[in-house]
Amino acid sequence: MNSPEDPEPHDDKRNRWAEAVAPAQSKPELDAASQKVAKPSPAQSSPAQSSPAQSGSDVPLSDLYEKHTVVHNQRIDGPFRRFKWAMMVLTLTVYYVTPWLRWDRGPFAPDQAVLIDLANRRFYMFGIEIWPHEFYFVAGMLIMAGIGLFLVTSAVGRAWCGYACPQTVWTDLFQHVDRLFDGDRNARIRLDKAPWGPAKLARRSSKWSVYLLISFVTGGAWILYFADAPTLLREFFTGEAAPIAYITVAVLTATTFALGGFLREQVCIYMCPWPRIQTAMLDEKSLIVTYKDWRGEKRGSVKKAQKNPEEYGDCIDCQQCVAVCPTGIDIREGPQIGCITCALCIDACDRVMADIGRPRGLIDYATLEDCEHEAAGGEPQSPLRTLRRPRTLIYGGIWLAIGAALLFALGVRTHTELTVSADRNPPFMLMRDGSVRNAYTLKLRNMEGRPRTMQVEVGGLAGATMWTDTIARENAALVQQIEVPADATRTVRAYILAPADTRDQSFTFTLTSLDEQRESDTAQTLFTTPGGDP
Amino acid sequence: MANELNNESRVDQPTGTEFVGHEWDGIEELDTPLPRWWLWTFYATIAWAIGYVVIYPAWPMIDRATEGVIGWTSRGQLAEEISVANKAREGVLQQISATETAMLPNDPQLMQQAVAGGAAAFKVNCVQCHGAGAAGSTGYPNLNDDDWLWGGDLEAIELTLQHGVRWDGSEQTRFSLMPGFGEIFTDPEINALAGHVLSFTEKSESTAAGAQLYADNCLSCHGQTGEGSRDQGAPALNDAIWLYGSSATAIRGQIRAPSHGVMPGWKDRLDPATIKMLAAYVHSLGGGETLALEVEELAEAADEQP
Repeated sequence: MNSPEDPEPHDDKRNRWAEAVAPAQSKPELDAASQKVAKPSPAQSSPAQSSPAQSGSDVPLSDLYEKHTVVHNQRIDGPFRRFKWAMMVLTLTVYYVTPWLRWDRGPFAPDQAVLIDLANRRFYMFGIEIWPHEFYFVAGMLIMAGIGLFLVTSAVGRAWCGYACPQTVWTDLFQHVDRLFDGDRNARIRLDKAPWGPAKLARRSSKWSVYLLISFVTGGAWILYFADAPTLLREFFTGEAAPIAYITVAVLTATTFALGGFLREQVCIYMCPWPRIQTAMLDEKSLIVTYKDWRGEKRGSVKKAQKNPEEYGDCIDCQQCVAVCPTGIDIREGPQIGCITCALCIDACDRVMADIGRPRGLIDYATLEDCEHEAAGGEPQSPLRTLRRPRTLIYGGIWLAIGAALLFALGVRTHTELTVSADRNPPFMLMRDGSVRNAYTLKLRNMEGRPRTMQVEVGGLAGATMWTDTIARENAALVQQIEVPADATRTVRAYILAPADTRDQSFTFTLTSLDEQRESDTAQTLFTTPGGDP
Repeated sequence: MANELNNESRVDQPTGTEFVGHEWDGIEELDTPLPRWWLWTFYATIAWAIGYVVIYPAWPMIDRATEGVIGWTSRGQLAEEISVANKAREGVLQQISATETAMLPNDPQLMQQAVAGGAAAFKVNCVQCHGAGAAGSTGYPNLNDDDWLWGGDLEAIELTLQHGVRWDGSEQTRFSLMPGFGEIFTDPEINALAGHVLSFTEKSESTAAGAQLYADNCLSCHGQTGEGSRDQGAPALNDAIWLYGSSATAIRGQIRAPSHGVMPGWKDRLDPATIKMLAAYVHSLGGGETLALEVEELAEAADEQP
């Protein structure tokens, strides 16, 4: 395979490919001029190019814009396809069922297990309730999601793209709808080419109706995360829901319909930033789906190989790997951005290899390093060695550390909090008898799902008394009891009166919940007087 | 061929795509075609822009922008939003109008609304003299403290708000006038009088002459011990709060030629509900007094209990 001038093994594919696409012209001898003349040939002469490839080589080079070629991927069964099915069922179930799960939080909080209550600024997730001031939990989870993607990429390559990404899952779903209405690959290609008539129109409109139904259910489920699901569902269909609910559903229905029904792999190749980031993250130690060219080349039919076993490799050029690919690429061209590593080509190739009695794994999960090792005659190694590489361990460590820190913070957080801000205008108030009054805004936060009686105590201010906007001055005292509603922050205006000879000084407010929890929080603040500093 | 256009196009063998001719550190740019739908998206944005220019104000002209066909303006939208907000407040305002001022505190929620509304009205109409924190300044009373010239319960505050102080526009205005003694008393007499006044707050020793002058000229309004009189709007002289300053100089000046502040009445400029809300706000600042009437009623209610 290797041309003698080109000893570097990782250039193999490139050279082999060039030979394949331009068999008449062995590339080192080509001068620039002849290349220019020969340019349309690559597209037509290679068998690989007859597939609806995304690489741009299907069009004459003079075209500025590439026509979209619909990918009609063929049905396949195998371990990876079954795993994909399982992932699809799992992810769709999680998406559609989660809003309907209930979680009892008592009479003062919603009973939806997962609820993003934007109107009341609360985020509920089973036993966890997050307030806006605790948004760092959400930020932490987002960071974990980001590092989780790095971790998965480092451990198992583009597994997210191949199995769990919503674009992949919904594209897969829509492709099954295609299969259901129009038959498998060849039937769909035929139908595409067929002229528009009543039969085609009927098929297309019924298929698109199902597309639309799926899209609507997708968009519809989304809004259920933001309000009580049963109530919202009823309101939605009786026309009582908020306009934003209808707008959101309309937008998500439209995008699901367009991206899942029509744009599909175009999203992965042209729109999504993640594959671009992944090309920077993958290296020769990363797990990818790859064609083992040293074993497959030179491609030739079973008959040819029987006649001349020395010359031909295991690949019989049956095009099954191309036919089943949901993004329409040819994996034998090597690693490429269009490959989402869904491994359906592995299923396809393994089946063909089994049929013709050759060993499986001509296309397989492997790292480029393993490929080199195997090509040089080494024993095949387990692809899951990537789990033990330092990069994976470091990402895993960071991921776990953030998770543990978040859990710790969640565990030790208190459900009682006090913040105090002193009035600045006026900073103090002289009373008739010469005593001095300062005013403070206290925020008493009760994060429990029940009303609580709390006690506010003034500490470190000699001779002071306190009353509030609801407790009259006649009842002024050093300690006051205040009712705080369930799951709410109560703002209290507190007046502190100190004797005439008081000077500027710090003192504290202490908030204590008067229940079995006895949670407490202390805030320090300043008492200001006309006398100023001592 | 670094960074220069090459007339002879070359083809990248693995992809079969032409090079553009640009090279950066050995990395060359391919002339990969855009997908066709991308081009359509671009046309769609152009169509959107044209539609936007037609529908909304867009082109700046000399004194205004072109008007869109639907006639939308940001000012119009603001006016609409304000009218919606006003409509939303109507119910509360009506409720406040219908409630006796004295009865406001009986409905804590309504009182809260009134205080909030009053705070907004205060910022527009009152801060110019009384200050943003209602702490006043020399000559302008502080509304946070517990010293009231004319009474600090809700109804008294409301009356002051309606009719003002020494205001020409109303018969019912709060009125008090202290004569100037500058031409009547001699300097030593004024000194003695000021000394007596300061003795109420133990800042000075009283003299017999000062006490006599006070008894003859001041007692009828300011009271035996300088306690003042709300009926006549005479300030208390025995407390820590002085509208025109507590120094001996300031007091002497006030005896010679008293300053008299004027507050306009608001009955003709603000609607009754707003005045009620302002009263509630001022009352809430910390020095508000409980209505005498209310105390009586409470006492009566307590009596009725067996």
